[in-house]
Amino acid sequence: MTQDNSTTGRGEAWLAALSGNAPRLPGYPPSVQVADAAIAGRAARLIAVVPDPASPFPRARNGEVGLLEGWSLARAVQEVIALDENPRRPRESGGPASLTSPEKSLGPRLRGDDGRGDDNSRTGAKRPIVAIVDTPSQAYGRREEAFGIHQALASAAAAYAEARLAGHPVIALLVGKAMSGAFLAHGYQANRLVALADPGVQVHAMGKEAAARITMRSVEDLEAFAATVPPMAYDIGNYATLGLLWRTVPVAHPAAPDAADLATIQRTLADALADIDADPHRDLRSRLGGENRGASQRVRDVLAQQWDA
Amino acid sequence: MNQTALLSRESFVELGARARAHALLDAGTFRELAGPFDGLTSPWLVRQGVVPQGDDGVIVARGKIGGQPAVVLAIEGAFQGGSLGEVGGAKIAGALERAADDNRRGIPTRAVILFETGGVRLQEANLGLAAIAEIHAAIVDLRRYQPVVGVIAGTVGCFGGMSIAAGLCTSLVVTREARLGLNGPAVIEQEAGIAEYDSRDRPFIWSFTGGEQRFATGLADRFVEDDCNIIRDTVAALVAQPPATPRSNQYDDYLRRLAGYDTGAQPEPATVRRLYAGDQQ
Repeated sequence: MTQDNSTTGRGEAWLAALSGNAPRLPGYPPSVQVADAAIAGRAARLIAVVPDPASPFPRARNGEVGLLEGWSLARAVQEVIALDENPRRPRESGGPASLTSPEKSLGPRLRGDDGRGDDNSRTGAKRPIVAIVDTPSQAYGRREEAFGIHQALASAAAAYAEARLAGHPVIALLVGKAMSGAFLAHGYQANRLVALADPGVQVHAMGKEAAARITMRSVEDLEAFAATVPPMAYDIGNYATLGLLWRTVPVAHPAAPDAADLATIQRTLADALADIDADPHRDLRSRLGGENRGASQRVRDVLAQQWDA
Repeated sequence: MNQTALLSRESFVELGARARAHALLDAGTFRELAGPFDGLTSPWLVRQGVVPQGDDGVIVARGKIGGQPAVVLAIEGAFQGGSLGEVGGAKIAGALERAADDNRRGIPTRAVILFETGGVRLQEANLGLAAIAEIHAAIVDLRRYQPVVGVIAGTVGCFGGMSIAAGLCTSLVVTREARLGLNGPAVIEQEAGIAEYDSRDRPFIWSFTGGEQRFATGLADRFVEDDCNIIRDTVAALVAQPPATPRSNQYDDYLRRLAGYDTGAQPEPATVRRLYAGDQQ
């Protein structure tokens, strides 16, 4: 559907391929595409944010995560949590299990579960969620700030985090840009981050042009400089040295996957699911330990030593 | 406020991060962790010609609030605009993770976050972003057990990925000096043009993102004077409340309210108040 040298439409292309062109679920804005399909033989939910040139929000027409997208992502994920909820512990008013409910003895507080999530989190009972990430940025605009885009993105991030804590295996598949607030809302809460090994896949806190202006450098200077400081770099290779990615996977056609590319990623997702199932933890500790991220672990070690002193 | 009250008032906004943490904790209980003498400076700033700071601009303080175990995480807006890099971000995330673990072993530690931040520190870009994702994860974990109270006092405000963290808190306290928004005004103006967002028009900026507007539209829970005693009492009351359904779980309600907005015209602050205020709280 797109040229290999373009990143437009990658999210949609991978969603279509991985879901076997399953119909999109109704009730979502055109920019939030949701499909239910089997991943590694398990019923899973796949979610992508895609461009909608006709969006009523003019600053969110190119695949940005804006107001509609943030709150709709939250709905798409919370719906999965509700579907698989332990019937012994009903949710109250759409929120997480209330600690004031009579069922509190089943809540996380008293199980000493070390953040593992629900009791059946390792039995494969909870359906996986795959966030397909190809988002150029969050939406920048007056409408967005006025109506609290930060709150919309918080809803999405919270939904993914709650799904992970409830025992749903959450995987983010980075097929294009994964930028800043957009990535925080859609993907960064996943148990495992998987990226295509391709120059079109970029993770960053700010787009190159804006970052160059803010730091008063040319884009060329910024790129040259960023290449020497791993956390500032834009390419997925440098990003991989930070230890945040579970795996980077080369494919032949990252913008328009063929059958072989699809098989490669399906295998990778199956491996990721198995890895999550085998992990007793439902937090993000597996991201610590990267060669260029030593201080993140050191700070935690110091806090652990001093916490109960 | 009359003249006597004004003169006897102790400003919270004028305090640095460490003094703010002191002001919120019960007298005599303040204990700083991962402090300036623990050798945890930013590994990335020196090579970019920026002088690092011993605490990397984040104070982690354990103590008690209302007699209950608490941790206060205070961001120093005067250091690099309160931006979060690897170390400062890990201090906040790591402390929240410990607080959640405390609860899993029966210790009811609650948390207060003092936001004064532009978000990710661009010199540490992806490590700041990763740390903020971990802060989000830890807030969502901890708030299952105890309140996580956010305070935006001013004058930096709360932007970027940390505005999302503010949106995850169980309750949020703001002053008139506070601003809360995802994108900084200068960035919006650069991305979208001055007609969309004039970053030098301060009344315009405050009318949409200021503390008073955020409170009036239900995006913050308490609107308080810049007064240490008032802020201390407000935070103490909020951390003692049982966890309620967080604002971030009210997606259906927000989608319904947003549907009432005609996107053809730019909104006024009153537009947002009309759609968001009312029966939400």
